[in-house]
Amino acid sequence: MHPTTIDKLLRLTALRLDADERARLEDDLERIVEFVDAMQAADTEGVAPLAHPLDEIQPLRADRVAETVDRDCFQKLAPLARDGFYLVPRVVE
Amino acid sequence: MNARCEPLSTVGAAVEALRSKAVGAEELARECLRRIRADDGNSFVAVCEEQALAAARQADSSIAAEGFRDLRGVPLAHKDVFCTEGVATTCGSRMLGEFVSPYDAAVVERLKAAGAVMLGKTNMDEFAMGSSNETSWFGPVANPWDPSRVPGGSSGGSAAAVAAGLVPAATGTDTGGSIRQPAAFCGISGLKPTYGRVSRYGMVAFASSLDQGGPMARSAADLRLLLRFMEGHDARDSTSVAMPPTERGARRRLRIGLAAEYWRALGGGLAGVLREAAKTFEGGGHELRDVSLAHTDYAVPAYYVVASAEASTNLSRYDGVRYGHRAADAGSLDELYSRSRSEGFGAEVKRRILTGAYTLSVGYYDAYYRKAQRVRRLVRQDFLDAFEEVDLILAPTTPTTAFPRADGQAEDPTAMYRQDVFTVPASLAGLPALSIPCGFDAGLPAGLQLIAPHFGEGLLLDVAEAYQQETDWHLRSPGEGRRPPEREQL
Repeated sequence: MHPTTIDKLLRLTALRLDADERARLEDDLERIVEFVDAMQAADTEGVAPLAHPLDEIQPLRADRVAETVDRDCFQKLAPLARDGFYLVPRVVE
Repeated sequence: MNARCEPLSTVGAAVEALRSKAVGAEELARECLRRIRADDGNSFVAVCEEQALAAARQADSSIAAEGFRDLRGVPLAHKDVFCTEGVATTCGSRMLGEFVSPYDAAVVERLKAAGAVMLGKTNMDEFAMGSSNETSWFGPVANPWDPSRVPGGSSGGSAAAVAAGLVPAATGTDTGGSIRQPAAFCGISGLKPTYGRVSRYGMVAFASSLDQGGPMARSAADLRLLLRFMEGHDARDSTSVAMPPTERGARRRLRIGLAAEYWRALGGGLAGVLREAAKTFEGGGHELRDVSLAHTDYAVPAYYVVASAEASTNLSRYDGVRYGHRAADAGSLDELYSRSRSEGFGAEVKRRILTGAYTLSVGYYDAYYRKAQRVRRLVRQDFLDAFEEVDLILAPTTPTTAFPRADGQAEDPTAMYRQDVFTVPASLAGLPALSIPCGFDAGLPAGLQLIAPHFGEGLLLDVAEAYQQETDWHLRSPGEGRRPPEREQL
């Protein structure tokens, strides 16, 4: 797997790896991709993709208020929240 | 004391003892708590003594006032993937190491409403990704039959806790085999219901089109008892299916399919044990027939594409902002995200997230994700075709018995993925499947798997129960040395 591909994946997944971890993961990903490539031999010409095992379509519920969000309750779970806001490092200078 | 009569030996025994008032709920809960404390297998990540005793006392008062019903006072444990209000839900991850859910999962809520007493949360592979319980942030779980071996995964803590006699039952979840494989490795019974049978509400998501909760216990009769209180439509899970409850079927002669693709991949002593088990079904008056599941070899690769793609999407919610682990002193928002995630997730979870991102990214989407979805349809069609010929499919649950712990030295992650070869196909097809003990190979439990058409849980349980009336593999316990001493008054 090309180093630029790994860089792109790390950016997409918001992960960072130290040098050892990266070397190991590069090897692992090579192996995994080679492993899953075995399915390429299956003849899937004309076969529709299956997203739901029962082939169901996502039902939509009636458009009315069913539950409300208790902000205080949920923000108690936040590592850093104040005055009803989640706190993050400054994004605007 | 005869183990069969002991009130914690099965859910059925606990129910009978509570119904006849031979024992109280609090007494049962205290005995389980004592056993859990005395055990060193690491099958629990949290024990909630105070809540358990309060719930048990409440069960005792309602039994005294109204008599026994449902599961009042029956002790059990939940896999740590189910959200439990007021009790930590870690999913075996540092990411959720401090997370306490503000609500109960549907499964937890239903079992609580039936009066079951939750004793604690069981250990598991991180985010249910693994087949050995070695990826847990809280350390590996020992197999009660041989502590140097794995209990299987991802519901390894639940399986080990039931096998060691710490609790008569536990919940589990199965994405590609995570109930069935640990059940087989630990010599217990485990059921993965049809996709949609049990609500996923409040079950920490791994791969949403595959995840399904189910019961783990000693016997098929216990699985039936538990499923009754776990199943049912839930509007909060949009993939939950409105179906009548699982019923007992009429006893009849069945056509049971054996798929050559499964049996030829099985070797050694385990093959002999499984063939012997198959003969028991034939002796029971059922007809064994050969069937073909031609796309079996493609199932595991397709599964790892679909499951990893869904995992990478589901796990993108962990950002270090709203809940979960947050890295200290991040200088920017991007750094906060990436450091929180990198510190919070273990190696296997990172591998799956990266694999999923790869197979979903521009240029690879059609070749991997779409391709895997097409293969998924072929795998499902194989089953649908086979079920034109047979009522059930009988297969091995695992290619080996419990393997030794690698202690982090596993060289090739795909070697572990191959462990799922017999369980993944039914998962891709959304079919109900169970594993029950069927003998021993070199002293380790072997499991056989029965797979039914969609919503065929009733039939599966009937056949498994009949098998367990003929055999006593499910009543065997690990060596006396590891069995907690029984108390006289129990």
